Amino acid sequence: MTIQVIALILIMGGIYWLARNTVQNLSELGKDFDFGFLSQRAGYDINQRLVEYTNDSTHARAALVGILNTLLVAFLGCLMATILGVIAGVLRLSKNWIVGRLMTVYVEGFRNVPLLLWIIAIFAVMTEATPQPRDFRGDDPDASMILGESVAITNRGIFIPSPVWGDGAMLLVLTFVASLVAIFLFRRFAHKRQEATGEILPVLWVSLGLFIVPTLLVYLAYSATGARDQFPVLAVGAQQGMTLEEFTDENRNPAICALPRTAAVNLSTDLRAIGERASIVPVETSADLQSNIESGECVLAVISPEAGETLVAGVEGVALAPLEDTVDRGRPLQFERPQLAGFNFEGGLQLRNSLIALWFALSLYTGAFIAEIVRAGILAVSHGQTEAAGALGMRSNRIMNLVVLPQALRVIIPPLISQYLNLTKNSSLAIAVGYMDVRATLGGITINQTGRELEGMLLLGLFYLITSLAIAGVMNIYNASVKLKER
Amino acid sequence: MSDTHSESALHTAYVRKEMLPERDPPASQKGAVLWMRENLFSSIPNAIMTVVSLYVIYYILAGIGPWMIGGIWDAESLTECRAIRDELYGHGREVACWAVITDRWHQLLFGFYPQDLYWRPILTLALFGVAVAPVLFENAPRPLLIVTAIFPFVAYFLLWGGSVWGPAAVAVGFILAWAILTYTQDILGSLAATLAAIVVPLLYWLYLVGPVAGWLHGLAPIGIEAVGSDEIGGFLLALVIGGTGIILSLPIGILLALGRQSDLFIINKCSVIFIEVIRGVPLIVWLFTASLLLNYFLPPGTNFDLMLRVIIMVTLFASAYIAEVVRGGLAALPRGQYEGADSLGLNYWQSMQLIVLPQALKISIPGIVSTFIGLFKDTTLVVFVGLSDPIGFSNLIRATSEWNGIYWELFIFIGICFWIFCFSMSRYSQWLERKLNTGHR
Repeated sequence: MTIQVIALILIMGGIYWLARNTVQNLSELGKDFDFGFLSQRAGYDINQRLVEYTNDSTHARAALVGILNTLLVAFLGCLMATILGVIAGVLRLSKNWIVGRLMTVYVEGFRNVPLLLWIIAIFAVMTEATPQPRDFRGDDPDASMILGESVAITNRGIFIPSPVWGDGAMLLVLTFVASLVAIFLFRRFAHKRQEATGEILPVLWVSLGLFIVPTLLVYLAYSATGARDQFPVLAVGAQQGMTLEEFTDENRNPAICALPRTAAVNLSTDLRAIGERASIVPVETSADLQSNIESGECVLAVISPEAGETLVAGVEGVALAPLEDTVDRGRPLQFERPQLAGFNFEGGLQLRNSLIALWFALSLYTGAFIAEIVRAGILAVSHGQTEAAGALGMRSNRIMNLVVLPQALRVIIPPLISQYLNLTKNSSLAIAVGYMDVRATLGGITINQTGRELEGMLLLGLFYLITSLAIAGVMNIYNASVKLKER
Repeated sequence: MSDTHSESALHTAYVRKEMLPERDPPASQKGAVLWMRENLFSSIPNAIMTVVSLYVIYYILAGIGPWMIGGIWDAESLTECRAIRDELYGHGREVACWAVITDRWHQLLFGFYPQDLYWRPILTLALFGVAVAPVLFENAPRPLLIVTAIFPFVAYFLLWGGSVWGPAAVAVGFILAWAILTYTQDILGSLAATLAAIVVPLLYWLYLVGPVAGWLHGLAPIGIEAVGSDEIGGFLLALVIGGTGIILSLPIGILLALGRQSDLFIINKCSVIFIEVIRGVPLIVWLFTASLLLNYFLPPGTNFDLMLRVIIMVTLFASAYIAEVVRGGLAALPRGQYEGADSLGLNYWQSMQLIVLPQALKISIPGIVSTFIGLFKDTTLVVFVGLSDPIGFSNLIRATSEWNGIYWELFIFIGICFWIFCFSMSRYSQWLERKLNTGHR
């Protein structure tokens, strides 16, 4: 008791001392403790944003963009690290000598060199060893796109096709959700059936089939019917009977507004076939479309025939007339490919080098640790278990699924959680490659601009603390659910 | 009759009189062929994996092998390197330019430490080897422990230089604490003696060390050339920060772990909060806190070395992780050990010191060492608060006109250095684990 009281007095004294110093220092510098800066205009740009953000947005918004970027790279990293780690861990136990050695080299190599070095090295590979976008130009280019002309690896990042949702997308999503529900119900049914009768249903194949087939059928059916519908192309200031080619001869690089967006993608593909480049202006509703036409933001409009007539009649200030050409309405889900335009690629999704370098380095580094965890977990299941299951007449994949894995998972999961936490915290090394994570926005530029170190660092620390505790909490619940139920 | 006779003769002709010599197993069942059949081509998937792995190894070696082996070791700058390369191999072949290492290795290792004083860090490292020997290896001579005890002060004196009396005066504080703990225990009782052993040296360090050292230096000005913290860089910096962090974080971590396991409510909760807050936030944020915020929390006008601030932060960070590892060890110890210690009539500290901690620490060795490896690797992060660790120096070297544009040679050198340190640490821990493994015999 005496010790507790003395400790309490010492700790209180220490906290009081720190607080008094802080107050004194702040007043000497003429600063106060105030979070008002969060609602001020940020004034800086962020190159990767998952939510709407401009430099007119507030510091709080900038912090949110940073938080989402941190969570994005942490999520992608955890996913890939798990895959890499499981593969490497299993292969390290393989009977194949050379594969085992190769994995040992991977694990020891990545575990014993600082993560920072890997991040910088991968970033250097991405920026130094990849071709520039202009190398893709010309008849005999130095570099070419891969995977059927859909992915471009350049020194400005990797460009991949981006998904575009068209009409019928809702139907597609609903079918997919319905098949997920069906899978869940089927698994429950199969489990009950096995408990009751001992009969084992082919759960894996049925689940896989349910997962893919209904959605695919809906997609194909819609593509074969609705997607072929021809939508008129309405052009500003066009004469009756003009073709698309004639119109674009007068209007170079037209802007397209279209509902659904897939029609715009199709139109821009058609335009590219006749050597024209078009930009796509995103629109949500037909009212949006009309106002964009009226303000001159786009000169080409694509919309369903009925809505097109009302649009032509209703539009004010400009003359809108249909061209000879029509365009496909588009499938429920299409992919917009990146295209070389000028000095860079346009369309598609750009994965910046900073994201790629950080993501790959975090995954490879953490993957090496996870490989060791997986290996230890599998080795922890005693050989007698496998043999006993074999003696019961089980086949080897059933032994793996029903005997070895459930026991190994219990050993694997707790250290795996702490690796996920480490990865999330290590994502703050984004600073090395200029990835705009929360440390770079809230803990970097915002602090520099407002001079609010104390408040900024406090919020940053709180974010990481809460994230860590949340991940640990969720994973602990999962851990409790797979834990051996004793007594 | 003759038939029978000849028949038996015929039979005996088939009875072998001498043993056949042992024959070698068939060619496919021995030696390299058997090994390859078992380990490389035991099944079709296995054979495919072997071929794929061989191709991967070939691809990597063919990619970087000639580049590394053909490297140029003797040049003054990257342009000169390229000129030599074109002369040697003709145009179009890329080779490494290891000359950057031969030219700048001393900066990567020692930073801006004065070149004529390199013997000081080297001597420190050698002394470090002597000092840790009795801790790491049981059969090292015991008297070496004296070197271990005075090493921190000698190391500080050698690295930073200045007056010999500074570190000596600080060391006196520890002697003071030891003396109070040993001689006043009977007079004051153990609790008061412990308190006094903490408070008196603290007061001495805060108020007396400066004047005493100054006065002694006035009497006998013994000292060596002083070297500033900003001149220490490269691997020397990583080793100083890592080494100090490792040495200091272990005792603090053990105390925190004991605090977290303790029944005393306030101490328990304080330890839990400290550990969770430190562990929940990345090191880089703590380093920025050290460089941006620490001045807010200290009395106005205090301003001390950035390197010292970083060392404090790194130590606190590592001690929280050590605490969790040691707590695992404490929890893994059977309850009977605690109860046995209590039933022998040992008090808390005795039972911890004699029964619990030796076993708990043994269990936690792998975790402790991997925390140390992590701490050593994390010293690279100090580059972001403006200290020049190896990676910081690689940036500095790249910024010079001679070596602008060089990447891989520096990365590979730094990577290999770190790899050697970390890999040997992990091997040592495995060796120690095997040596201390007394269970299941």
